Amino acid sequence: MSLATTQSIAEIRTRNKELIEEVLRVYPEKTAKRRAKHLNVHQAGKSDCGVKSNIKSIPGVMTIRGCAYAGSKGVVWGPIKDMVHISHGPVGCGQYSWGSRRNYYVGTTGIDSFVTLQFTSDFQEKDIVFGGDKKLVKILDEIQELFPLNNGVTIQSECPIGLIGDDIEAVSRAKSKEYGGKTIVPVRCEGFRGVSQSLGHHIANDAVRDWIFGHLEDDAKPKFEPTPYDVAIIGDYNIGGDAWSSRILLEEMGLRVIAQWSGDGSLAELEATPKAKLNILHCYRSMNYISRHMEEKFGIPWCEYNFFGPSKIAESLRKIAGYFDDKIKEGAERVIEKYQPLASAVIAKYRPRLEGKTVMLYVGGLRPRHVIGAYEDLGMEVIGTGYEFGHNDDYQRTAQHYVKDSTLIYDDVNGYEFERFVEKLQPDLVGSGIKEKYVFQKMGVPFRQMHSWDYSGPYHGYDGFAIFARDMDMAVNSPVWKKTKAPWKEASSAKLQAAE
Amino acid sequence: MAQSAEHVLDHVELFRGPEYQQMLAKKKIFENPRHPAEVERIKEWTKTAEYREKNFAREALAVNPAKACQPLGAVFASVGFERTLPFVHGSQGCVAYYRSHLSRHFKEPSSCVSSSMTEDAAVFGGLNNMIDGLANSYNMYKPKMIAVSTTCMAEVIGDDLNAFIKTSKEKGSVPADFDVPFAHTPAFVGSHVTGYDNALKGILEHFWDGKAGTAPKLERKPNGAINIIGGFDGYTVGNLREIKRVLELMGIQHTVLADNSEVFDTPTDGEFRMYDGGTTLEDAANAIHAKATISMQQWCTEKTLTFVAEHGQDVVSFNYPVGLSATDDLIVALSRLSGKEIPEQLALERGRLVDAIADSSAHVHGKKFAIYGDPDLCYGLAAFLLELGAEPTHVLSTNGNKAWQEKMQALLASSPFGQGCQVYPGRDLWHMRSLLFTEPVDLLIGNTYGKYLERDTGTPLIRIGFPIFDRHHHHRSPLWGYQGGLNVLVKILDKIFDEIDKNTNVLGKTDYSFDIIR
Repeated sequence: MSLATTQSIAEIRTRNKELIEEVLRVYPEKTAKRRAKHLNVHQAGKSDCGVKSNIKSIPGVMTIRGCAYAGSKGVVWGPIKDMVHISHGPVGCGQYSWGSRRNYYVGTTGIDSFVTLQFTSDFQEKDIVFGGDKKLVKILDEIQELFPLNNGVTIQSECPIGLIGDDIEAVSRAKSKEYGGKTIVPVRCEGFRGVSQSLGHHIANDAVRDWIFGHLEDDAKPKFEPTPYDVAIIGDYNIGGDAWSSRILLEEMGLRVIAQWSGDGSLAELEATPKAKLNILHCYRSMNYISRHMEEKFGIPWCEYNFFGPSKIAESLRKIAGYFDDKIKEGAERVIEKYQPLASAVIAKYRPRLEGKTVMLYVGGLRPRHVIGAYEDLGMEVIGTGYEFGHNDDYQRTAQHYVKDSTLIYDDVNGYEFERFVEKLQPDLVGSGIKEKYVFQKMGVPFRQMHSWDYSGPYHGYDGFAIFARDMDMAVNSPVWKKTKAPWKEASSAKLQAAE
Repeated sequence: MAQSAEHVLDHVELFRGPEYQQMLAKKKIFENPRHPAEVERIKEWTKTAEYREKNFAREALAVNPAKACQPLGAVFASVGFERTLPFVHGSQGCVAYYRSHLSRHFKEPSSCVSSSMTEDAAVFGGLNNMIDGLANSYNMYKPKMIAVSTTCMAEVIGDDLNAFIKTSKEKGSVPADFDVPFAHTPAFVGSHVTGYDNALKGILEHFWDGKAGTAPKLERKPNGAINIIGGFDGYTVGNLREIKRVLELMGIQHTVLADNSEVFDTPTDGEFRMYDGGTTLEDAANAIHAKATISMQQWCTEKTLTFVAEHGQDVVSFNYPVGLSATDDLIVALSRLSGKEIPEQLALERGRLVDAIADSSAHVHGKKFAIYGDPDLCYGLAAFLLELGAEPTHVLSTNGNKAWQEKMQALLASSPFGQGCQVYPGRDLWHMRSLLFTEPVDLLIGNTYGKYLERDTGTPLIRIGFPIFDRHHHHRSPLWGYQGGLNVLVKILDKIFDEIDKNTNVLGKTDYSFDIIR
């Protein structure tokens, strides 16, 4: 039974505040002081969630955060399918991020598409001592020879590159010139930069600005006939095909998607984006930088949207249509109407099974807020949420549009805090990542991975909502959760009582 | 619209529908794709001997290497000790990666912290991160030991773990007598197997050699016990339990060093066990008195065994003992070193494996195999294949060195079935792709990443190795010992039979050979 519905807001607030106090007690004083700023209980009407964010993690705690390399290679650049992305440095970073984000694409892998290959300069001690620039030159030649249909290369710096002072920009320029203007993008996303993967997104965006847009000819004609309805999807990584189940709606309402960033994306699409009439932005955190740049430089407006759950989808379709003429506005209504029966059928089937169930979230850039609407469409309530690498503007959006009064907020939560919170609040479902999944399942709490959709998906769009609803139901209502306690260890179990 | 509430289609089926296919076709306009004929031409070219030659001429680029970096191995070894928290000194993203990697393979939680070094630490060194980090870890996670290793970042800037830990203790981060063993594990040297070796040696050194100058060195008083080291192993859960069963059967007093078999196989019963099982710290210290130390994997324990030998013990190493002869050698060695009789039970188990091989080896005999993976795993599997009358043809280990190559070649030379085999140290899975196209084999053995090779080259993949992400629970069954040999044999046979069925299941065309009795 939902805790939230059995108690008053004031009671919940008091309980959550006490819980935060309790958690902080374990820390040394200095650490407690720092962590206290990242934990709070949301108060309705406030402009943000009242937590500090985007600050260094505390040493020695089990932070769930990644690094700048993960933000650049793992999130932004990796899904660009026709470019080769070199993990430049030791072997590990590329290995651990190999194929782990399910950025679906269509292409002939290894020939004209390279997303699920692992290219690395596999640094050895001598590369650290003597520098890796010469090796990089050779690597670019080898890629050119063995993968001739690649449309470009990016160099994703790992920690040692910045520390030993390699000049990857100079190498990129020289080799690009040598290959007749080939796109070669150096990205300074060393893992020690910044406080999380967030800086990696920003650095990756800046690399697009400088090394893709910066090399476009101002008066270059697009390779296609422009229309007034051309838009670009920005910040959808096509996890399990999310961008496809989004794109189909936009096209059905009469828009034309000329680029997908970056899931199933290509260099040509990146280059075409400045010709869009509107950039529509899903993951604000990872790609607001380049969207703002395109607004400033090319005058392209951008608009955020949320394609989780029918309420937010309809709201977003109308918002996007608002940038266009009546034809598109009518198109949006047509799409909403077309999919309403599906949305209603999904809700009719799953809501009775999920009504009143409580959820705690802890994810990355947009999901700690964006999925709340989808849960609410199913009658579920999010009682705690937080960001791995959100900034204050993420918490503002969360406070103003998503979370309810008294929701527990935890920024950069670590394993210890998260476990205590879940233990005490006993949600019916936790949505977080692979590192958290098994911890909570061991505790007997149903779990869904909300980075990778637990290898399911897509979750975006109406088609995705059906999958989302099914998956939440299968998690919350799996018979296994009634079996976690051995019958002979539960004194009050029906079986034993019957036996008596 | 294909999607419905009654029959929810997920990604496997959804995108096959005509509306999505149409949409993807329209998207192509914006992708500026290569001409299909050009894609086809290059695809065919990559299958040729000419391409293979260029591919093997690569000097700098690695494509799909089959190895990870040192700290992963250090974390893996560290959690093999009682209530031990691995602490990685360096940037935090790495730890997120190690935890994810281990969780994806074992489907288990993986606990590890980092000192979260950022730009300021890169400039001024990570001492403050160590001081604060140890204090926080100690207070929050109540470990009995914190095992410190490094990332490439800490190594490039040259942080000195010994001095840092000493200073941290002086500053009160952890009590003076709290165990904080350490190992330098640069990611640009060796691989995860090197990291395992370094971390384990670091831990033994800590206990045996005076805890970094804070206690007297232990004096060895030999007893009859045997130490067992598993090495970096994706099957650590099944394998270590099997070895312990055998040791108990033989009545041998033993200590498994770095016994992580419990922490990677905890029950779901309402409780999260951050620490479970593991070699007790007392046992780790007392392991100095053992008669001998046996390593199940030579290339994971080179420095550790040298260290152990220097303390006066016999050391013996195996190479991932899979199959009859390798297990025979292990059992005989155990008996010799412990002076214990080999119980009849083991002879029966052995006989059952021989029986299984006799029943089935006709299906494996003469089949050509390609194998890739860690050096010891490759050796163990190749040895078993020779025993089955199969023909290892390509054996590739990205983290294998010249010494490994020589040892592999000696093994292959010892059997008529190994004559046609080539050994490839330091090569990667893109090299393997060329090999499979130019010198095809019947079956491929390797980790999950082999599925790309299976798709490209049509070589059926038998999943054995680390990581296995896309199949579940394999790590719970042993590959070592007579029982393990049986498991490996069944894996191989199942794949062979599945392939025959797949190739003969066309009704009206291949009604023959679709047999129910084999």
